[in-house]
Amino acid sequence: MTELTGLTLKAALEGLKSKEFSSTEITQAHVEAVAAAKALNAYVLETPEKALDMARAADARIARGEAGPLDGAPLGIKDLFCTQGVRTTACSRILGDFKPTYESTVTANLWRDGAVMLGKLNLDEFAMGSSNETSAFGPVSNPWRANGSNQTLTPGGSSGGSAAAVAADLCLGATATDTGGSIRQPAAFTGTVGIKPTYGRCSRWGVVAFASSLDQAGPIAKTVDDAAILLRSMSGHDPKDSTSLPDAVPDFPSFVGKGVKGLRVGVPKEYRVDGMPAEIEALWAQGIAWLKDAGCEIVEVSLPHTKYALPTYYIVAPAEASSNLARYDGMRYGLRAEGRNLEEVYENTRGQGFGEEVKRRILIGAYVLSAGYYDAYYLKAQKVRRRIADDFKTVFERCDALLTPATPSAAFALGAKDTMDPVTMYLNDVFTVTANLAGVPAMSLPAGLDEKGLPLGLQLIGRHKDEGTLFSLAGAIEKAADFRAKPQAWWL
Amino acid sequence: MAIDAATVRKVAKLARISEAEERLAPLAAELNGIMAWIEQLGEVDTDGVEPMSSAVDLKLPMREDVVTEGGDPQRVLANAPLTRNNFFVVPKVVE
Repeated sequence: MTELTGLTLKAALEGLKSKEFSSTEITQAHVEAVAAAKALNAYVLETPEKALDMARAADARIARGEAGPLDGAPLGIKDLFCTQGVRTTACSRILGDFKPTYESTVTANLWRDGAVMLGKLNLDEFAMGSSNETSAFGPVSNPWRANGSNQTLTPGGSSGGSAAAVAADLCLGATATDTGGSIRQPAAFTGTVGIKPTYGRCSRWGVVAFASSLDQAGPIAKTVDDAAILLRSMSGHDPKDSTSLPDAVPDFPSFVGKGVKGLRVGVPKEYRVDGMPAEIEALWAQGIAWLKDAGCEIVEVSLPHTKYALPTYYIVAPAEASSNLARYDGMRYGLRAEGRNLEEVYENTRGQGFGEEVKRRILIGAYVLSAGYYDAYYLKAQKVRRRIADDFKTVFERCDALLTPATPSAAFALGAKDTMDPVTMYLNDVFTVTANLAGVPAMSLPAGLDEKGLPLGLQLIGRHKDEGTLFSLAGAIEKAADFRAKPQAWWL
Repeated sequence: MAIDAATVRKVAKLARISEAEERLAPLAAELNGIMAWIEQLGEVDTDGVEPMSSAVDLKLPMREDVVTEGGDPQRVLANAPLTRNNFFVVPKVVE
């Protein structure tokens, strides 16, 4: 059965359509793989019975000739998406055994198209983290290890469970979310493909909120084709999200494999940061060479406000988080702690229910929004954010997309954060956070291995609503890179 | 301005988060580190720049002012820590 879990989503959908195997068979193979991979801690909730029920229903639809675009394909769902009747925790103690009585729009779209749910995937608590270590369920282990090493590495975060599950063939693809890099950094650390689409492309309705002006859902997948197939199903206008794009969803898969000859690709000089490992520099040069070979024109560009993106993010995101997370008051759902009066119940509930990183960010948010500091911090950050977004507008007058490294390093060891101060951890998102601030689409895809045998990723950033060009360029890089490496299954 | 333990106590109160007294000083040190790093935003000339509060240039859409869902207290209360007669039960608010 292992060969079924090794398929790409695209190949699996073809096999299901031609009745080479049934959804029940491929779902059962995945259920078994998930059960055997508990050492990775990728899933925080397995739903095998639901999966097999959904698979049987998919098989019946396929038999009737009524198959949807994802019919019978088993997927993993980041535990930030509300799933009706299935525990949803955001990997926080404060949500306890919360069982939503509604379904998020993104997951509803996947089930509409016939997908099968294998379970809920681990993440940093409320998606706040870059190593999956802030999860109340403990960290995910990266399926990849350095050559000859037994050290466990982080899969990145916050979508660490999604990335690890895809890399270890524990699902055909996964949902994820990205507020500052939470899809792209884990994808880069695990040799998978992740895209954060244009802000508003995927509905935020039913996705546990972190920072609403930055949060955006997207897929983590095995290939560029698979990412395009998943994003097409996840996207679409939703009246229940007031910031949802009213546009029709482009046929993303049709862009993969399109010629890229004549496209102008910008290389932003500000992404060449101090202390960048030579391997990342070499990978970037390789990516440039591949695109040149494919007929792209490479132009050096400047995004002068890049260095201010992370400090801007660490005002805007905590400010929005402190406001969004005010809802966890112990009254209507989740944990309620004891206290002598109402105020103490609030304080104890939140003190006990939130983890350290979440509390830290709520405190920063409350501080920058508090009387006397609002203009100096929050308003200032919103203005700098405009400068950063304008940088992108300016360069996209001269080029069609940008090529950058996805992360400043390969995956680091679990536990390394204990010796890191918070700012050092935040620097992980230095290449990814700009796209969230500007609201433009960005994608990470595997481009090679470092000298220790760990995957490294390149990032493509596109114009507002122009995921299509990203899929075409990513297709060209994927073809040239021919990245086929897989992690050794040490977890079995 | 440097953040001290008293500021952390005040902000934690605003955020309704109980913090142990011995956590206040270490948190103040961490927050100072983060805020010192953020201070570099002061270098950016933002005179006359319109603050950016949304990543989309959309006008917030309006919808008909009609009830679309409701009348289902069981669903609303399904995850409540404490309920009675289709109401949330909360600690006493008014003495």
